[in-house]
Amino acid sequence: MANSFTRMITGRNTAMIMAMGAGTLASTFFLSDNTAAAERRRFYPPSADYPDLRKHNNCMASAMTPTIYARLRDKVTPNNWTLDQCIQTGVDNPGHPFIKTVGMVAGDEESYEVFAELFDPVIKDRHNGYDPHTMKHPTDLDASKITSGVFDERYVLSSRVRTGRSIRGLSLPPACTRSERREVERVVVTALSGLKEDLAGRYYSLGEMTDAEQQRLIDEHFLFDKPVSPLLTAAGMARDWPDARGIWHNNEKNFLIWINEEDHTRIISMEKGGNMKRVFERFCRGLKQVEHLIQERGWEFMWNERLGYILTCPSNLGTGLRAGVHIRLPLLSKDARFKKILENLRLQKRGTGGVDTAATGDTFDISNLDRLGKSEVELVQLVIDGVNYLIECEKRLERGQDIKIPSPISQFRK
Amino acid sequence: MPFGNTHNKFKMNYSAEQEYPDLSQHNNHMAKVLTLELYSKLRDKETPSGFTLDDVIQTGVDNPGHPFIMTVGCVAGDEETYDVFKDLMDPVIEDRHGGYKPSDKHKTDLNAENLQGGDDLDPNYVLSSRVRTGRSIRGFCLPPHCSRGERRAIEQLSIEALDSLEGDLKGKYYALKNMTEEEQQQLIDDHFLFDKPVSPLLLASGMARDWPDARGIWHNDNKTFLVWVNEEDHLRVISMQKGGNMREVFTRFCTGLTKIEDLFKNRGHEFMWNEHLGYVLTCPSNLGTGLRAGVHVKLPNLSKHEKFGDILKRLRLQKRGTGGVDTAAVGGVFDISNADRLGFSEVELVQMVVDGVNLLVNMEKRLEGGEDIEDMMPEQK
Repeated sequence: MANSFTRMITGRNTAMIMAMGAGTLASTFFLSDNTAAAERRRFYPPSADYPDLRKHNNCMASAMTPTIYARLRDKVTPNNWTLDQCIQTGVDNPGHPFIKTVGMVAGDEESYEVFAELFDPVIKDRHNGYDPHTMKHPTDLDASKITSGVFDERYVLSSRVRTGRSIRGLSLPPACTRSERREVERVVVTALSGLKEDLAGRYYSLGEMTDAEQQRLIDEHFLFDKPVSPLLTAAGMARDWPDARGIWHNNEKNFLIWINEEDHTRIISMEKGGNMKRVFERFCRGLKQVEHLIQERGWEFMWNERLGYILTCPSNLGTGLRAGVHIRLPLLSKDARFKKILENLRLQKRGTGGVDTAATGDTFDISNLDRLGKSEVELVQLVIDGVNYLIECEKRLERGQDIKIPSPISQFRK
Repeated sequence: MPFGNTHNKFKMNYSAEQEYPDLSQHNNHMAKVLTLELYSKLRDKETPSGFTLDDVIQTGVDNPGHPFIMTVGCVAGDEETYDVFKDLMDPVIEDRHGGYKPSDKHKTDLNAENLQGGDDLDPNYVLSSRVRTGRSIRGFCLPPHCSRGERRAIEQLSIEALDSLEGDLKGKYYALKNMTEEEQQQLIDDHFLFDKPVSPLLLASGMARDWPDARGIWHNDNKTFLVWVNEEDHLRVISMQKGGNMREVFTRFCTGLTKIEDLFKNRGHEFMWNEHLGYVLTCPSNLGTGLRAGVHVKLPNLSKHEKFGDILKRLRLQKRGTGGVDTAAVGGVFDISNADRLGFSEVELVQMVVDGVNLLVNMEKRLEGGEDIEDMMPEQK
């Protein structure tokens, strides 16, 4: 059961108070109870510790200044997490000339408050100008609002929706202790065992699965492995692997949950074919049931009005949602206007191995670019409308007809 | 200050059982020694700079180890780690260093005059000779734990000291982050350049943070004396040259080290050293002398002999591939060096290598001539 510390901040009412007052509360925690550390600070003023970011191209490096660093270096969250720990991954990974990575992570929910001076500009940069100070993020998991969510299966091979959820009161993967991680596993696995009917399923702990189980999960493309990306390992997320990591999936194999990989949980709904509406409907239903099951035991997900669902990486704030399809577009993908069409539809293409992979043949992974500032329903509808448009273009090209670049979609509601 | 282990007091909200790592698949010295009882006893402790038990063992938890090679599985974040966590470190040291006890004293001897012979290892077989060690600067945290400010201070002190070297030791510093393409290529061609660690053993301990900030290579103009700054230790000092004159290599090594130590002392700094552990370094495996003296030697026949492994063991020597640790031998050429670090002085270890390699080369010559080597088998040293 939750210990006294987590009891303190569990419960939506307390959470509200925390969210409003956390900034002032948390900012009063300094590294003041350790005199050796205080001595170190005297010898090494913030300027001595300031990271060398001259070769860096990530959101953290763009937002960081010596002034911000000096103000935030000696602050800690209630869990004793520091700024240096947030930014270590961005310091260690200068970034790619073409792809701008985020370059910082949260160690706990309070990181976003205590280090808001740096997180807010990073969030703004990454999420197209979304300002956490002044804007509110809408959450909407009512799948009944979706229209025309069934695609032509001559083009769409599979449909998938994923998001993440964090358990309030427990530190995030970069910071969590082994106990906390095991607690996350226990809380989530217990809740999942309460799922019924088409959602009923089973948990496979990474450390305990048999070779046969492992092979099956690999063949079904369900298994996740110890992260190798230096972006993730530099943030400390792979510590103690594979302790308290695992995969849960339902018997029908279309609802899947990863535990303690890059976030506390990653929730995935997927199936072959083009019925995105059904995929999203199951996604929402499953999420709501899981939330209900953890609430019965006094737990809840990290969420607030400014930032929506709180996850480890700022890029996944808001909905944390990526809805996508594997789609064949042999003619359109060779058209010079393809890139612009995607851009205006606010869609992104990836290879069929996921992020950082190349497309095989003419098959692409197409999904929403945005995460924060639009609700889940809005984003999924955007993907549905966009994919339908792409299919229309492909068909027109097949018939020798011309296609048009659509006008750009606005970035979030005003 | 790596990751989630520094908030030690927060962790005390959970019981020792809840926090205890799962070491059931593990094969390293730390995993052999650690028990729930020991973990409970040490988990609320911290060194003065804030290094915790979990910081010490993280690399061993994350890297279960190899069935054939026993890794250490723990590191020090500062000099005090070996004291605050002695209940863990002492048994690990004893296991790793052939029964070295907490009460034992380690002798330091950097007087190259005390070495006998060593200037005439047969260059037809011995292609190159090399001696390396490490040094830590007292008062600073070690690579797993140091802040950027500390690491830069170490670099600055090292540059000042090394810049004062003269004669055949006079040289130049190349900061990793500032070097030109040409400089980098030259250093690679000379086999001097070290790269960001990729071994998960090193990465998991936090040593590669902020790479390449405050890391660099210094070498003398003759390219026979080389210092690595802020790689796995504060300083790694290397003396090397082609051929078999180990004596000359070791003499330069001792002279250079002594000079560097004096230069640091003049600036009010000394190396981490004590009577029990000798020179204090990041990895417990490098305590004592931190010394690895070795040669690249051609032993195509001897290496195929069934007793090769046993001979090396008796001579207290170790073989590696010519790419260093974790590499394979190429073309019958092996890297042969001392297996010990602690409990023997520098002179004693280099003597073992000199005498041992001489014997190995003689054995190789015998086998070349088609004769056997039964009468040459050495006693266990």
